Amino acid sequence: MLHTEPERLTQEIRSLGERFGKDRAALIPTLQEIQRRYRGISPLAMQIVADMLDIHPVEVDSVVSFYSFLDAKPKGRYVIRLCRTISCDMQGKERVARQLENDLGITFGQTTADGNFTLEWANCLGMCDQGPALLINEKVYTRVTPEAVHGILEECRQAFGLHALQAEQEHAA
Amino acid sequence: MRDYEPILLRNVGVPEARTLKGYEARGGYRGIRKALGSSPEQIVEEVKKANLRGRGGAGFPAGLKWSFLPKDRTITYLCVNADESEPPTFSNRLLMENDPHQVLEGAMIAAYATRAQVAYIYMRVEFHEQFHVLQRAVDEAYAAGYLGRRLFGHDFDLQVYIHRGAGAYVCGEETGLIESIEGKRGWPRIKPPFPALEGLFRRPTVVNNVETLANLPHLIERGAAWFTSIGPPHSTGPKLFCISGPVRRPGCYEGPMTITVRDLIERPEFGGGMLPGKRVKMVLPGGVSVGVLTANELDMKMDFADPAKYGLLGLGTAAAVVVDTDTDIRLVLRNLARFYALESCGQCTQCREGTSWMYKIAARIAAGAGRRADLDILEQTARNMGMMPGLSICGLPDGATYPIETLVRKFRSELEELIGQQEPARRDAVLQTVN
Ligand SMILES: Cc1cc2nc3c(=O)[nH]c(=O)nc-3n(C[C@H](O)[C@H](O)[C@H](O)COP(=O)(O)O)c2cc1C
Ligand code: SF4
Ligand code: FES
Repeated sequence: MLHTEPERLTQEIRSLGERFGKDRAALIPTLQEIQRRYRGISPLAMQIVADMLDIHPVEVDSVVSFYSFLDAKPKGRYVIRLCRTISCDMQGKERVARQLENDLGITFGQTTADGNFTLEWANCLGMCDQGPALLINEKVYTRVTPEAVHGILEECRQAFGLHALQAEQEHAA
Repeated sequence: MRDYEPILLRNVGVPEARTLKGYEARGGYRGIRKALGSSPEQIVEEVKKANLRGRGGAGFPAGLKWSFLPKDRTITYLCVNADESEPPTFSNRLLMENDPHQVLEGAMIAAYATRAQVAYIYMRVEFHEQFHVLQRAVDEAYAAGYLGRRLFGHDFDLQVYIHRGAGAYVCGEETGLIESIEGKRGWPRIKPPFPALEGLFRRPTVVNNVETLANLPHLIERGAAWFTSIGPPHSTGPKLFCISGPVRRPGCYEGPMTITVRDLIERPEFGGGMLPGKRVKMVLPGGVSVGVLTANELDMKMDFADPAKYGLLGLGTAAAVVVDTDTDIRLVLRNLARFYALESCGQCTQCREGTSWMYKIAARIAAGAGRRADLDILEQTARNMGMMPGLSICGLPDGATYPIETLVRKFRSELEELIGQQEPARRDAVLQTVN
């Protein structure tokens, strides 16, 4: 059966409601899952969540805008978060930052035109004894050098084929 | 300290201890079994006697906090604070990834003592591996009947949920954490009422740090007298210390609270000394929020009492970072100020505006456009924000002002000299763009 995009999204979010519940405390887990699947939380998704939890959409927006791991604007497939707090700073995060910008052709806060990479700053990731540290989606990289950046990005690119396929299958199912 | 036998970290490097069976084989889940033989009130008394002080930063005695819960309560919640976001701290991470059942057993004992039936573990979202390790441990504990109903055959039920954060330092503050679990912005609440009376879902709630809880199995198994035999009377029990920066062995280590900052940097079982050619210029000994020490203040003891004598906020998270003499302290100042400006939740005017001002000024100084008056403005701003002068809802701005104020005060002549060396032309150019 063919569904319009809003119908499909509504169905999908409703099924999250079955999983996380429909009270206010379910809001953040629900949003996190939408973020994970869509890499962002669109105004439409916020509206559907608000309807489901019976709260005003502004409440949803206020939560999305507050937390740095929730975004209204979709992020790249790989979100690179480089730690910029004190230990990583002193261990050379600046040179890693320049290398990332150089290799990706974007600056911090931007997403590559192909939608593959977003580059962001992070505050302390709790890997201060092994800095500079960065997080790419769910994976932590430590003692990152400018020389290592190329290999790390290649690792992500190679994973694309696989991940893209998996995501398509998930949607088709 | 070579003869110090690790207690909290005893299972680090023992991968099988991550499983319930492995943990139990190494003496785990004895503390909770023993606890269940006493009444909750007796456990609270024992923890009071041991003077176990909170490891989350404020050092508040755990037993005392528990005894603030109203006697006639019906529902009680326990929140395990696993949000660990204070730079550069990673002791909770180490505990959760290496010894998840120790954390769970601690939570069980705290839940029993406070009669909580539900525990939420609030874990920062950046911890992925740690989340999976802990979730596996929770699943295993349920499967073994160690969580759920009638634990160990006693009249004690406990549900444990891991709640993942979404990226906000202020959610480590206990009422910000509570708001976040409730599905809202992590905006700290005005206190009173304190969480003990009105916390999660407006019910009596106890919030404790991961490391605080990890002490409980040992404290209960071996008793308060054993616990107080470690460290001075005001700072009892085993403690984790982190060290990062240009030392030979950055990492997280365990010891009694008798060690000094110098021990933590120099001793072979801790930091192992500075890297070749590096010399100490400054140390932030308790996470960034307690303030800075100069190279002449390294005899400060890493306990709950001594830091105040050095003008610091407290022991904080006992995570030290060393700044060496090759580092430009203006950049350190800017880095510190930026953290709080970004993490202030924005509810209170003094905190929101004050942290941004301090950052702007620090950025200007770092860009080579500082003015002598800027140092006075930084100090004045620092004195006029925070819980202590009664101008804010939570302690974030106190944590923001201590590092700025102590750095400016203790390194004033150096900062003045650096500002004096700036080229006027460059300064004017920068001022135009920064202002
Ligand atoms: C801005 C701010 C951030 C905090 N972050 C944490 C944190 O990440 N982890 C933590 O255990 N306590 C944190 N605290 C302290 C908590 O409010 C609370 O005191 C602590 O969790 C209580 O546990 P304890 O008594 O076992 O130490 C923070 C406090 C403030 C003001
Ligand atoms: S003091 Fe700062 S961080 Fe705390 S509630 Fe107020 S604005 Fe938010
Ligand atoms: S300072 Fe970078 S991970 Fe802690």
